Amino acid sequence: MAEPFIEFKKVSKSFGKLQVLDQVDLKIYEGEITAIIGKSGVGKSVLLKHIIGLLKPDSGKILIKGKPLDEFSKTELREFKRSLSYMFQQNALFDSLTVFENIALPLVERTNLTPTEIKKRVDFRIEQFELGEVADRYPSQISGGMQKRVALARALVTEPTMILFDEPTTGLDPLRKNAVLNMIAHYQSEIGFTGVMVSHDIPDVFFISNRVAIIENKKIPFQGTPLELEQSDNEVVWQFIHGQEVLQDQLTGLQPKKEVNALILEELSRVSQEKGRFTLILFTIDSLTQIKNQVGYIAAQRIFQCLAMGINMKLAGKGKAARYGLEDILVVLPGGSYSEAEGLINALLTDCSKHDVMNPEKYKKVCIDFSVKAGILEVREKTDLESIIESARKAQKIIAKMECHRG
Amino acid sequence: MEQGGSQANSGFPSSFVNFLNFLGKNSLKIIGELGAVAIFFFYGFLFIFSLPFQFKKIVQQIYFIGVKSFLIISLIGLFTGMVLGLQGYYTLVKFGSEGMLGAAVALSLIRELGPVLTALMIIGRAGSSIAAEIGIMRISEQIDALDTMDINPMRYLVSPRIAASIIVFPMLTALFDVIGIIGGYLTGVVLLGVNSGIFFNRIYDSVVSKDVTGGFLKSLAFALIVSTICCYQGYFTHMRPGGFGAKGVSLATTSAVVISCVLVLVLDYVLTSFLL
Repeated sequence: MAEPFIEFKKVSKSFGKLQVLDQVDLKIYEGEITAIIGKSGVGKSVLLKHIIGLLKPDSGKILIKGKPLDEFSKTELREFKRSLSYMFQQNALFDSLTVFENIALPLVERTNLTPTEIKKRVDFRIEQFELGEVADRYPSQISGGMQKRVALARALVTEPTMILFDEPTTGLDPLRKNAVLNMIAHYQSEIGFTGVMVSHDIPDVFFISNRVAIIENKKIPFQGTPLELEQSDNEVVWQFIHGQEVLQDQLTGLQPKKEVNALILEELSRVSQEKGRFTLILFTIDSLTQIKNQVGYIAAQRIFQCLAMGINMKLAGKGKAARYGLEDILVVLPGGSYSEAEGLINALLTDCSKHDVMNPEKYKKVCIDFSVKAGILEVREKTDLESIIESARKAQKIIAKMECHRG
Repeated sequence: MEQGGSQANSGFPSSFVNFLNFLGKNSLKIIGELGAVAIFFFYGFLFIFSLPFQFKKIVQQIYFIGVKSFLIISLIGLFTGMVLGLQGYYTLVKFGSEGMLGAAVALSLIRELGPVLTALMIIGRAGSSIAAEIGIMRISEQIDALDTMDINPMRYLVSPRIAASIIVFPMLTALFDVIGIIGGYLTGVVLLGVNSGIFFNRIYDSVVSKDVTGGFLKSLAFALIVSTICCYQGYFTHMRPGGFGAKGVSLATTSAVVISCVLVLVLDYVLTSFLL
């Protein structure tokens, strides 16, 4: 691959005793949009501020086209700064200047353009971002979403070669959010600027990014293309791309996959030593992905939620359950027998059949048949994890069905 | 650690060593701060002359610091002059020299009260808001935004304010002096019946150009001190220990006013002793 435009080499940064970045390596390529995602307060903005020189690293180097930023001469630094724009998380609009003056400021202060030319350029951006009505107002007189658009207009007005976006879509309604992301993508392809974007908007931000970096626990555990991201086995990555599922798992009381895996391994070693047994059940909701795509996201989530909550209630602490894929839930009953597992499934069926997600009447517009399968496996000897799951999948039988009314 | 070591070696009681530690630490801090203010002033002053000249911004600041203080300075000047006339009359009449009232009022105003009270009034009215405005710009990242746009925040925010203060302080002081003398005339001549001709003649006789230049120099020095301190306090709001956000701005504003006032009075004494 080509030489990175900006490269972080083992950059560390602390504020007092609080370490925010620990030997971070990051590559940003010219003409691409790089999204930096991570939880709030993990140092995403700190990372951005290092690029523009607002913060300096405690150790490590930041290279711009191979040259360390701290070795830049004053003129070089100035030139570099002039070539980029920074859009602040809190917008950082000048509250004693009007919207028009805010957008015009970079042009007024650092170019030799005539007032007419400046007005022409600013008016163009104002029109583009639908800010015409508020051009004479002050930032405190307009809504948060509008302030965001003013900040974006101000970032674009100088036609920079690189823009650093610090959460450009936070606080916008879904329509405006899409419009802003769309605009960024559109200008990126038109002007070809290099973009670095800090964002929470997963998965939307992946659609317009060429590269993604995840920052977690002071480090960057993953950086690569969105496709590589999706294919990654990294646990942190999975949590990020399936953020909504993770939230739902927490709501329904499902355990992390890692914990259930650990329990299975523990049970396996116990079984091989003490000649005992344990049982697991693998539930699968057929066509859940299809329901998600055709009926709707909420329907799919409700169906999954219904099953997960039911399982959790019936388990009552006797075992652990985890999401084992987008459509699967794995239940482990330590020391449990086959008949105990059957009992659990039967109790579950009586409950779930009353739920509105199993009622075809509720799907008035689009309805797709689906079924819930369950496979029970009683384990009495040591085998490996994959073959257990495989056997459970083979043992799956349909336990419930939802059939749409035809005609 | 070092403290323990020095205690053990020196043989001095620990409270004394602690006192010395305290003294040394704070002296270093103050000297460091003074240096920082000096550098801050140096750049702020230097950028006044950088091109393109920021004429519009300086005029805006002259309007804000000067024109908007016009009324309050006139009011304070008037009453200061009036009370000087009143007090002066009752003191002078005891020696039978109430004819000297004009000279007493004019000299105390031009040499002392004019520059000092004007500076104190501007600190209260404009200095506090300069500190608060720049402080808010700092905490809401507006100063960082200027920096990222490659607009020098010192030149954009600080220089116009220093330039405007240099222009406005002497002018407002002159206004204060004139209105104060009118106030003295009102009480002395109109109310208490001192002869009008003698009142003005004494002023004409006793006030020499050295008094006026002295007052002018003082007001110029106060302008530099007040504008620098108020801008400095606002500009470095975020570096202040113990105060973040709105609290930081309020602390910065308070310090700006207190430090400016104290420095104006101290500097007044120092300058007077040199000018006399």
